[in-house]
Amino acid sequence: MRELTFTAAAREALAEEMARDPSIFVVGEGVGARGGNFNTTTGLYELYGPMRLRDTPIVERGFIGMCTGAAMTGTRPVVDFMFVDFILDAMGELINQVAKIQYMSSGRLKMPLVLRGSIGISGASATHHSGSYFPMFVNIPGFRVVVPTNAYDAKGLFKTALRGDDPVIFLEHKALLNAKAQVPEEEYFIPFGQAAIVREGTQATAVAVGSMVRRTLEACEALAGEGISIEVIDPRTLAPLDIATILQSVHKTGRLLIVDETFAPCGIGAEIAAQVAAHGFDDLDAPIQRLNGVYTPTPYSPPLEAAVVPNTTQIVQAIRDLLAE
Amino acid sequence: MNLTQKEYLALYRQMLVIRRTEEQLAKAHQAGLIPGACHTYIGQEAIATGVCANLTAQDAVFSTHRGHGHALAKGVPPREVMAELFGRVTGCSRGRGGSMHLFAPEVGMMGTSGIVGPCILQATGAGYSSRLLNNGTVGVAFFGDGASNNGAFHEGLNLAAIWDLPVIFVFENNMYATEVPFSYATRNTDMAERARTYGMNGVSVDGNDVLAVYEAAAAGVRRARAGEGPTLLDCKTYRTRAHSEGMPSLGSYRTQEEVDAWKSRDPIMTYRARLLHEGIASESDCEAIDMEVQALIDESFEFAKNSPYPNPATVAEHIFSS
Ligand SMILES: Cc1ncc(C[n+]2csc(CCOP(=O)(O)OP(=O)(O)O)c2C)c(N)n1
Ligand SMILES: [Mg+2]
Repeated sequence: MRELTFTAAAREALAEEMARDPSIFVVGEGVGARGGNFNTTTGLYELYGPMRLRDTPIVERGFIGMCTGAAMTGTRPVVDFMFVDFILDAMGELINQVAKIQYMSSGRLKMPLVLRGSIGISGASATHHSGSYFPMFVNIPGFRVVVPTNAYDAKGLFKTALRGDDPVIFLEHKALLNAKAQVPEEEYFIPFGQAAIVREGTQATAVAVGSMVRRTLEACEALAGEGISIEVIDPRTLAPLDIATILQSVHKTGRLLIVDETFAPCGIGAEIAAQVAAHGFDDLDAPIQRLNGVYTPTPYSPPLEAAVVPNTTQIVQAIRDLLAE
Repeated sequence: MNLTQKEYLALYRQMLVIRRTEEQLAKAHQAGLIPGACHTYIGQEAIATGVCANLTAQDAVFSTHRGHGHALAKGVPPREVMAELFGRVTGCSRGRGGSMHLFAPEVGMMGTSGIVGPCILQATGAGYSSRLLNNGTVGVAFFGDGASNNGAFHEGLNLAAIWDLPVIFVFENNMYATEVPFSYATRNTDMAERARTYGMNGVSVDGNDVLAVYEAAAAGVRRARAGEGPTLLDCKTYRTRAHSEGMPSLGSYRTQEEVDAWKSRDPIMTYRARLLHEGIASESDCEAIDMEVQALIDESFEFAKNSPYPNPATVAEHIFSS
């Protein structure tokens, strides 16, 4: 089967859906002739022109508010925000408007607005280009929050995002954008709320998010040499969260570690831990553990940057500690 | 202006529907029937009326915390506005919104907002949809002088201007944001001029003169539909009641003389006098409307106060589309 990068797979999803549905348009800085800061729209401007590939001024609140109104009036905007850090300028529009319109209109208005762009700590991007912030979005009723970790999932989840009528925050970790995976030519969709068991195992469950999936798999590979068997789950979407798959796994393994680059307090690990404690308490043979990024702004210098993100060695150690409980 | 008598009278009736609905709401607020806020539009009726008379149900209106008049003028029945403020399931937002969150997309009332500013951006987005779908509709934002100092104003006007979007920005200068005078909050109070600095059409109009508003809006809407871009209407007006029901009518920010001077320029009273004076309508034409509107308000009030509350079991419905 052919292989595509994460970015190419997501772009293919966008191209297919734009060809199919003329009400889809993309806004962002550089999404026109330039083809997107991360090559998210390469080749599309030539096909669809400026009304559908709309270069914007640097006006994050403005174009997100504008797209909110557009989504309420029959079109399907895609906001290509480059770095999630930039849409913090639009938090009021996102939380007070985008997330609430369907509810406040009792379902008479839809909000088919997809916001996509990069997250994550990588490449000395420093603190205004390294955020992830997905726990903030997960906390708000009304958002779908999608964190794909490979090209195959990126395409299938993006297709689902573009077909749906809900606001979707589609977050693409910078460290994963050039990673290749097999992507079939045939059309497919991946529903929201379906976690992937990316490695089967018996002794503990590791739920990993975003770029931590790859690192956790590396850690488990290293441990496999010692005969240690760990199950790894990639939730793929954080809202909705497929807690059933996690509970089933914990039922089998009795132990749970959540690995997440973002901050621990009120994070996705805290949520998963609370739900497993509530609904899987009898299955647990050890306290639930979390391994998170350091609770600090993201520093620039490579040794400092590396120090705030969980690495494979730390994941291995966290698993050993969990098994020793 | 070449309106038919029926059209002239329709403007009168629409303003009166807003006025009587809100007088009823103010009373209901005092009687404890409204559990939350109530921001009346009394004194500003000519603006919503004059603008919305140029719109169809497909044109999208976005408004703000002082939105009863916009909703009514766009075609939301008074009974649904009253029921909404009473928190009833028959309200236009099914009891989920109250005074500041009126939704009736079936008539193009796309929502009012408890946050000052976003309506400016959303109307710009409706203009974008109109262009992309090529359906000839316009987006309309109603907002106050206070909102014009918010970043949404700058961002929305700039986007609408650079892309020639069919949007009408209706700036309602009632001179105060809560209790803060507009002249305190900005150096340049000439909003038509500010609009022109964005490269868009800016028009000043007497916001208490429904015909002047109607005419200015008609020209703006015509331009927008013809692909000639956005217009800002700078409407000078006054709110004669308190910022919000239950707050003092005068406070420390204005005088009784000022309120009385504006009351003497009441948009409904002056329009009625003009209709009579110019022989467009007779006293009995107006009285017939007065009575019909009063009956509508009485019946709407009965409907609203006898309507059931929403079922708590439905509280988490419609967060998502499915
Ligand atoms: C973003 C935001 N900040 C503050 C408020 C509180 N607030 C509600 S109405 C208002 C004044 C608005 O003034 P203006 O825009 O002139 O409208 P008016 O009330 O005069 O109709 C304020 C400050 C709010 N609702 N939203
Ligand atoms: Mg004001």
